[in-house]
Amino acid sequence: MGTRAVLHRGPKTDQIERYTPAERIAHWLTAGTYVYAMATGLGFFTPYMYWLVEIVGGGPTARFWHPIIGLGYVFTNVYLHHQWKSDLKLIPEDRVWLDKVKYYITNEDDLLPEQDRFDAGQKLFYWGMLYCAVILLVTGVVMWFPESIGRSWHWVLPLVVIIHSAAALITIGGLIIHVYMGVFMVPGSVKAMTIGYVSRGWAILHAPLWYKKVANGRTVK
Amino acid sequence: MAGGTLQIKAISGHAGPVAGANTSRDYDVCKLVDTTTCIGCKACEVACVEWNGYPFRPTSFDNTYQTMPNTEWNYWNLIRFDEHENADGTFQWLMRKDQCMHCEDPGCLKACPADGAIVQYSNGIVDFQQEHCIGCQYCVTGCPFDIPKFNQETKKVFKCTLCSDRVNAGLEPACIKSCPTGCLHFGSKDDMLALAQARATQLREHTSHRNAGVYDPEGVGGTHVIYVLHDSSNPEKYGGLPKNPRVPILVQLWKGPLKWLGGLSMMFGVMGVAIHYLRFGPKEAEMKDADIQKEDRNRGN
Repeated sequence: MGTRAVLHRGPKTDQIERYTPAERIAHWLTAGTYVYAMATGLGFFTPYMYWLVEIVGGGPTARFWHPIIGLGYVFTNVYLHHQWKSDLKLIPEDRVWLDKVKYYITNEDDLLPEQDRFDAGQKLFYWGMLYCAVILLVTGVVMWFPESIGRSWHWVLPLVVIIHSAAALITIGGLIIHVYMGVFMVPGSVKAMTIGYVSRGWAILHAPLWYKKVANGRTVK
Repeated sequence: MAGGTLQIKAISGHAGPVAGANTSRDYDVCKLVDTTTCIGCKACEVACVEWNGYPFRPTSFDNTYQTMPNTEWNYWNLIRFDEHENADGTFQWLMRKDQCMHCEDPGCLKACPADGAIVQYSNGIVDFQQEHCIGCQYCVTGCPFDIPKFNQETKKVFKCTLCSDRVNAGLEPACIKSCPTGCLHFGSKDDMLALAQARATQLREHTSHRNAGVYDPEGVGGTHVIYVLHDSSNPEKYGGLPKNPRVPILVQLWKGPLKWLGGLSMMFGVMGVAIHYLRFGPKEAEMKDADIQKEDRNRGN
C-alpha cells in the first residue's frame, strides 16, 4: 500500500480566511457586470474599439444591455458596500500611508505603517469606484432616455455624456491598477478572491493589523 | 443632379462640340422655405408621410393650428405655428416648416458611435442608415435642432431624408412637389441662396419687414435647408429656431480631445504597470513557519 492522497477539506492549517463566500460572490458579480459595461462602453466611446460591441452580439444588443447590466453593477456595488463599508472606512492613519506611497510602489513595504484589512490604496480605489458608480448611474439614466428631457433642457445632454465618459475613464484607470495589483503584483490575491484563503505570510506582509486580529487566540502550527 | 456619372462626354456622329461638356455642375442640393409665403396648409406634411409610407399618427389638440406638438419618428415634417405679438402691438401668425436642416457640419453625425449609421452625401444630404443604427440616441445629443426621433419599438432613430431616394432619381423632395403657394423651392445651394437673398431684399425694400433675411446658420457650416424669415433678428420666435446653432462644444470636446486623451491614458496606463512589473516585480510573501511563529510571539499571539 502506497501513500494515499487525501482530499483536503477547508483551509490548510497555515492558511486563514481572507474573504467570505458572500464577499467573493459580490466581488465577482461587480467585476463581471463592470467588465461588460466597460467593454460595450468603450465600443460606444471610440470607433477604434467598436469591435468590442461586435463581439458581444452587435451594436443594438450592446446598447440594449449596457444600461441594464450597468444598473446591475450599481446594485452589486451596493451589496459589496454593505459588506465592506466598515473595513474600508478611511482613518487618519491612512494619510501617513498615502504620504509614503512611494515606498509601496518601490516594494519597500517595511517603511510603511502597518495596515488593517485593507490598505489606504485599496480604500481609495474602492471609494473612487463607488463615487464614479454613482456618477455613472445618474448620468447614465439621463443618457438612457435622452428624449425624456425637454427641449429647454437639451443643453444638459452633452454635459451628461462627457461626465459619463470621464467618470468611466477614471474607473478604467483604477481598474488597470487594480487588476495589475491583484493578478501580478501581489501574488496570492487571486486565490484570496477565488477560494478565499491566504497564507499567514501573505497576511503578515500585506495586512499586519488585520492578521493580528484574526490570528489572535488561534493555535499557530 | 441625378445620375452624376451619366453626364455625356462624347457623342457619336455629332457635329460640333458636345453640349455641356467640360462644364462642372453644382451637385449640392438645398431646400428653400419662404416662411413669408407659407399659408400653413400642411400639404407638405401629408406629402411627407405619403411618400415615406407612414400612416398618419394620432395627435392631440392644443388650441393651435399646429398638427402635433413635435416632429416624431414617423412624422418628419411639421409646420410650426406661432401667434406672435410684435413690440408695436401688431400681431403675426408665424408658420415655419420644421424638418432636418441637413447641416454642412452635422452634430448628429459627429456624435454617432455606430459605424455607417449616419452618412453625409456629397450633395449635402445627411441620411440615417437604420440598419446600422444601434439606438443609442447620441444623435439627439449632438443635434442643435432637436430633430432625430427615436422609435421605441424598433430602437432606431429616424428623421427627414430630404427625400434622398427621390433626389437620387432626379426628382424634387415630396414636400416641394406638394407646395401650392410656391413657398418651397429646391435646387443647388447657390441658386437657392440667390433666390432667398432676392426675396429678403424685396421684403426689406417693399414691405414693412425691415429685418427680413435669410437663415443659413454659420455655426453648423451652413445648412441645406434655408429659410427666408420676416424677422431674421429673432429666429427663436419661429417655433424655437435657434439663433446661432452649433454642434455643442462639449460634444466636440467629447469626440475630440477626450477620445484621444482617454485612449492614450489607457495605453500608457497598461504600459506603466507593465514597466513597473519589470522594474520592481511582485511583492512575494515568503515566510518560513519558524518566522511566522516568531512573528506571532512578537505580537503576543
